[in-house]
Amino acid sequence: MLTALAQIFPPDRLLATAAETAPFESDGLTAFHARPLAVVFPLTTEEVVAAVRLCHQHRIPFVARGSGTSLSGGSVPIEGGIVIALNRLNRILRLDPAQRLAVVQPGAINTAVSAAAARHGLYYAPDPSSQAVCTLGGNVAFNSGGAHCLKYGMTSNHILGLKLVLPDGELAELGGESLESVGPDWVGMYVGNEGLFGIAIEITVRLLPKPECYRTLLAAYNELEAAGAAVAAVVAAGFLPGAMEIMDRLAIEAAEAAVHAGYPREASAILLIELEGERAGLAADFDRLQEVIRKSGAYEMRVARDEDERLRFWKGRKSAFSAVGRLSPDYIVQDGVVPRGKLGHALSEIERMSRERGIRVANVFHAGDGNLHPLILYNGREPGALEAAEALAGDILRLCLRLGGSITGEHGVGLEKRAYLPEMFNPTDLDVMRRVRDCIDPLELSNRGKMFPTGAPAPSAHGAHPLEKAGIISRE
Amino acid sequence: MNASAALLRPRTPEEVAALLGGGGRFLAIGAGTKPALSAPPAGFTAVSLAGLSGIVEYDPGEYTFTALAGTPLAELQAALARNGQYLPFDPLGAAAGATLGGTIASGISGPGRLRYGGVRDFILGVRFVTGRGENVRGGGKVVKNAAGFDFPKLLVGSLGRLGIITEATFKVFPRPAAAATLRCDLPNFAAACALLPRLAAAPFDLEGLELAPPGRLWLRLSGAPATLPERLDRLEKFLGVEAERLVGEAEAAFWRAEPWTGLAGAIVAKVPVTLAVLADFDEALGGRGAGRRYSAGANVAWVSWPGAATELDQLLQARGLSGLVLQGPTPRPLLGIRREDPFQRRIKSALDPAGRFPDL
Repeated sequence: MLTALAQIFPPDRLLATAAETAPFESDGLTAFHARPLAVVFPLTTEEVVAAVRLCHQHRIPFVARGSGTSLSGGSVPIEGGIVIALNRLNRILRLDPAQRLAVVQPGAINTAVSAAAARHGLYYAPDPSSQAVCTLGGNVAFNSGGAHCLKYGMTSNHILGLKLVLPDGELAELGGESLESVGPDWVGMYVGNEGLFGIAIEITVRLLPKPECYRTLLAAYNELEAAGAAVAAVVAAGFLPGAMEIMDRLAIEAAEAAVHAGYPREASAILLIELEGERAGLAADFDRLQEVIRKSGAYEMRVARDEDERLRFWKGRKSAFSAVGRLSPDYIVQDGVVPRGKLGHALSEIERMSRERGIRVANVFHAGDGNLHPLILYNGREPGALEAAEALAGDILRLCLRLGGSITGEHGVGLEKRAYLPEMFNPTDLDVMRRVRDCIDPLELSNRGKMFPTGAPAPSAHGAHPLEKAGIISRE
Repeated sequence: MNASAALLRPRTPEEVAALLGGGGRFLAIGAGTKPALSAPPAGFTAVSLAGLSGIVEYDPGEYTFTALAGTPLAELQAALARNGQYLPFDPLGAAAGATLGGTIASGISGPGRLRYGGVRDFILGVRFVTGRGENVRGGGKVVKNAAGFDFPKLLVGSLGRLGIITEATFKVFPRPAAAATLRCDLPNFAAACALLPRLAAAPFDLEGLELAPPGRLWLRLSGAPATLPERLDRLEKFLGVEAERLVGEAEAAFWRAEPWTGLAGAIVAKVPVTLAVLADFDEALGGRGAGRRYSAGANVAWVSWPGAATELDQLLQARGLSGLVLQGPTPRPLLGIRREDPFQRRIKSALDPAGRFPDL
């Protein structure tokens, strides 16, 4: 296999020694490890196809990889498999402001797309908090979310067309350039496949006009549940905020220590709400929003006076998780979803479990869409601590399901939550999903071992990714 | 019993599954408001979902509802309206009796799909029966979910070819307090088209943007009533032409009506388009006497075709376009270019290996 790969890839684009492949053994954040046979860096579609065909011919599994920021172990290599690193396929092939779309390669960085579109007054809406480093290919594979999903949807809602290399090297083309299509929504089916349907080598994304104006409000509460109730009140009043985020005391403390966002340190919870739109319409809406928040029991309200202050409000939020990570050597993050109206209940249950088990949990979450992000702190050097933290994480996911939610809002199932998929879907649902996978990839070569439970344990050692320790990315 | 002569009318998802568990080949239908999609091909029996009707769950605070496939849109819209909410993609055919399941399976969205997305963007979860008679759930009931394959989206536009939808969960939005529309006439089609790319990058939160040849545009804004006049002024200034203002019931009625209303022609078809093909396509359609409306920022053409479906098929193929016939005689609903795609074939073979539903 290596000989055959060497005929396609020159030595500087084929890594095969242990020292060379070490950086690719995990996708960092959840730190599952597996040693690939080789890592290749294709420069063209043809090279991707050649690598995939070779894997198919030799029955060797492969995983496509972008920046390796998956929070579910989704891009961890398969032991003895091939990593197809798409980082050099990172060009924006076409930007069409009139049609409001861009055609990009899978290795393109999320923010690079918005940066390129900015001079036309456009942007790419999905904003996972790792957006400064994560790639569009990874976003498509995992249907990444971000802070603006209630109003704008997830990655899937912004993908118009795809060119694919299927797991046996065949090419396929889905969707197109129009917002509309006829026939089944194949693009929608592909997005979020977690790498099981092959590799997207060309991605057509929809761009949106940048909102003319933002108004951002920070409200402080003495009770975490009151902040949750405020979110429900905002929704009941008929608002559609671009983002609604909550941080609890532990998260506020950490964020303050890390970036001095100017949050009220004594608060039990802060709620960050942002409205956006045309200037003329926004002012009236924002006045009405402030009224709702005032009545919701907030003891303090701050309005971002200018863009600097707005960015500071957000900086604390966006760096909160890496900051919380400083409070503990190790941590696990989950991203279960509950119906919005059950946020308060879910939070008090998490608080109770945390107290009873003596495990600290910090909460930072997308309140607008009920997407929790409990951060479970533990010390991996204490015997049994990891297992206890994992047990708590599992119980939080079960709580989400019991309340009618989902085990993952945006991180995907990956390796990490495979065992919980059967708790969300019944055996028939899973059989049919597996059959779809088998029809697309009968040899299970493409990202083998992800999403579906296998019974095989995944070696795990939770901890912060180096980029996360440096505060460049965070577990949103 | 001659199954093909009878209209089957199951009342539970289990009865739908039992049908597929037996013999026969089936096409699911709703209220039949898009006749070209509800006419079973030879050898197929129509399965009416009218017996699976009703809202299963609706919690306004969650911005979500779950309803059975045969539920009339009108019933859903009334329930949503009582709580100041709506489906922002303006589902079509409510007045004629169109159902939720038919809306999903046809993949048809109205003019409102411009701003926040279409059927595919608001569907969250689905229950359906596969060609093997399995009752399957995909997606979820919460507004954000990334677990498992996205069957809800796959079934949007699936035309009964991949499964029979029995229930679905949708996201909804709060309805803006008021809306108003500017209607203006540009001197010709080229002038109207030239405005579209300018509007695409402008900071107007347009809820709707419709174009009817030769040069008529409708532009819709919504929000707090007090702010609308100022915003309309600004938009009108941007357009650079005098515009008429529509408000109240006349305004609502325009956006509620099917975009092809008033266009004569035996065949009504949906054709996804882009700005790049618009001028040439419009000229070709006009030359053949077809009626047309360009909807959702000219992302879709509603074509009223006076000739035979095969002629429209050729016209689309020549331009690399594809279309879907909703009304009128046609050998098959999908016209224009077809990709013989391995991805599509493989998914069809997973969900309907024995061809119990019509071919894609």
